[in-house]
Amino acid sequence: MLGLNFRDRSLFFIVIALTVLAPFILNPFPSESSLAQFNAGYPDLMQRFVIFGIFAIGFNILFGLTGYLSFGHAAFLGVGSYAAVWVFKLFTYNVLPAIILAVAVAGLFSLLIGYVSLRRSGIYFSILTLAFAQMSFALAYSVLSNPKFNLTNGETGLQVYADDPQWLHRDSLPDLPHLFGLSMRSNYQLDIGAWTFNFNVGYYLCVVIMLIVFYIAIRLFRSPFGMMLRAIKSNQQRLNYTGLNSRPYTLAAFVISGMYAGLAGGLMAAMDPLAGAERMQWTASGEVVLMVILGGAGTLIGPILGAGFIKYFENIFSKINDQILHQWFAFLPDGLEDFLVFIIHPFIGKGWHLTLGILFMLVVIFLPGGLVEGGQRLGKLFGRRKKTEDAAKDAANTPAE
Amino acid sequence: MGILEVKGVNKRFGGLQALGDVNLSVKENTVHAIIGPNGAGKSTLLNCLVGKLIPDTGSVMFDGQSVLGCKPHQINQMGISRVFQTPEIFSDLTVLENIMIPCFAKRDGSFRLHAFESFAQEKDILEKAEAILEDVNMADKRHMHSASMSRGDKRRLEMAMCLVQEPRLLLLDEPTAGMARADTNNTIDLLKQINDQRDITMCIIEHDMHVVFSLADRITVLAQGRPLVEDAPENIKGNPKVQEAYLGEVAA
Ligand SMILES: Nc1ncnc2c1ncn2[C@@H]1O[C@H](COP(=O)(O)OP(=O)(O)OP(=O)(O)O)[C@@H](O)[C@H]1O
Ligand SMILES: [Mg+2]
Repeated sequence: MLGLNFRDRSLFFIVIALTVLAPFILNPFPSESSLAQFNAGYPDLMQRFVIFGIFAIGFNILFGLTGYLSFGHAAFLGVGSYAAVWVFKLFTYNVLPAIILAVAVAGLFSLLIGYVSLRRSGIYFSILTLAFAQMSFALAYSVLSNPKFNLTNGETGLQVYADDPQWLHRDSLPDLPHLFGLSMRSNYQLDIGAWTFNFNVGYYLCVVIMLIVFYIAIRLFRSPFGMMLRAIKSNQQRLNYTGLNSRPYTLAAFVISGMYAGLAGGLMAAMDPLAGAERMQWTASGEVVLMVILGGAGTLIGPILGAGFIKYFENIFSKINDQILHQWFAFLPDGLEDFLVFIIHPFIGKGWHLTLGILFMLVVIFLPGGLVEGGQRLGKLFGRRKKTEDAAKDAANTPAE
Repeated sequence: MGILEVKGVNKRFGGLQALGDVNLSVKENTVHAIIGPNGAGKSTLLNCLVGKLIPDTGSVMFDGQSVLGCKPHQINQMGISRVFQTPEIFSDLTVLENIMIPCFAKRDGSFRLHAFESFAQEKDILEKAEAILEDVNMADKRHMHSASMSRGDKRRLEMAMCLVQEPRLLLLDEPTAGMARADTNNTIDLLKQINDQRDITMCIIEHDMHVVFSLADRITVLAQGRPLVEDAPENIKGNPKVQEAYLGEVAA
């Protein structure tokens, strides 16, 4: 079914279940409880999980399969956002054409950058992509934003103004991004006892799109093309001496991953109609690298896990402050309480990057295969335990002869 | 005119003359052995044939076409496959995948975007790959990770990867090095069988004289980058120049 084998199909269905039920899964704590700050079931955070999931899935097609490490993919995401906002400004708030154009523009842009960068491999390739991305950032931040020709609106960021033409806009349609009239912001709030759950149109649009592109990624991983990409990572020389030209293969992977990034950028603009140059900065490019490595490069589910993990920690840890810590440790003697808060302070709030850095180091050192490897090890551990139990049972059942 | 014509090839590495005025003519459907002591320039010569190195001077013609300046994948698509001295395989892939890649290269050319096809649709490729695995006695290892195999198995795998492409010219750089005696004999049988059944010309570098004399129709002896003699096997054994340069060294 779906052209997937049993394992991939199961994985796909698990991802469907997790994303569709995310409003419940991410809000396990009653909304008034002190643990409510660990809830992540807010529309805008859930949207970000899924959008960065798409970004990471695409990045993994390039990095996970071919091993080419791009440090410039945020440029494609940024270009996608700008393209989408321009559609909003000129034509309509309907997100469909905006998203399609975002993907197309990012695809063209990545074809250009990939064509040049892929002339080299290894560290030189990474540096070239980084240089291109920083150039794009500079263009967006200042060069392409002057009174005569204002493509990006510089520091302020590109947004939709009341005097923008919006030629296809009609008064009956919402004055915000929508899908054929259904506003991305419309939200249904479900209260069950002390719990609150949010069901948001924008989130579910992102989910549907992510599931489609995740399915495409699975098919691609399992296709002959995916095998060729893995062969490039494994031994590019052999591939060339086997009669295959590795350049178009890597370029195709580069453009596909660039289109995924553009899609993520377009969706970002669809959820919140503005685009800023900071989306293209090298830190944003680095973040997707972290996501994929943390989750497990070259695995199917890894990038989604990594994206969710990083975005969750970014939001939750950065929200914790000293006051909250004092509440938690209130049961301890005063001196000890202050001491603990003092120790933990650098790792929370603005210091969450420090926490992330430490987590990242631990994962890379102890779980080179990322969170997926962690999961597999746990699985094996339980598997073995079960096996030994079974063996013990068998031994007990076999009568001595 | 041979299928492969090497004329006046020179290659220097800094001060070292690795190849000096090498001429070589390999006739179609023959097995041509190149022998010579370590460092004679044998591998360097093969590197010049497959596009890994470009000779400083001279010409290399395959089937009337110059290969100089062609990219490795273009040369392979012309019909030249090579087995390397140290096994070059896709070690992160399974044995079957290793074999399927050259099958795709043979059928689809140097690039095809088959991103949404599945292997289930590629019956012909799978059958071809399975058949060659039977031929080299590796069918039971088809789902093995190729990195975890013995050196001898890696070699046989690499040879199978080249054979499955049915090249017109097969270049073998010490194909039996690191193999047990039994495996060596199997390899000889396999190469003989292939030479009989298909129109494959082979150019083989080998230190094992048993392999050379069981397979070769012609032998070229290379010493210090220069071709010493080229002759039929029975004449090579008795040639005093060769004994001095090569066989003498082995006998000593
Ligand atoms: N890329 C290179 N750069 C510099 N020197 C090289 C290079 N390749 C080979 N050489 C030198 O050229 C000479 C010939 O090397 P080559 O590998 O062709 O020998 P060979 O006949 O294959 O020997 P063996 O039987 O040990 O494989 C050697 O002295 C080697 O050190
Ligand atoms: Mg050699």
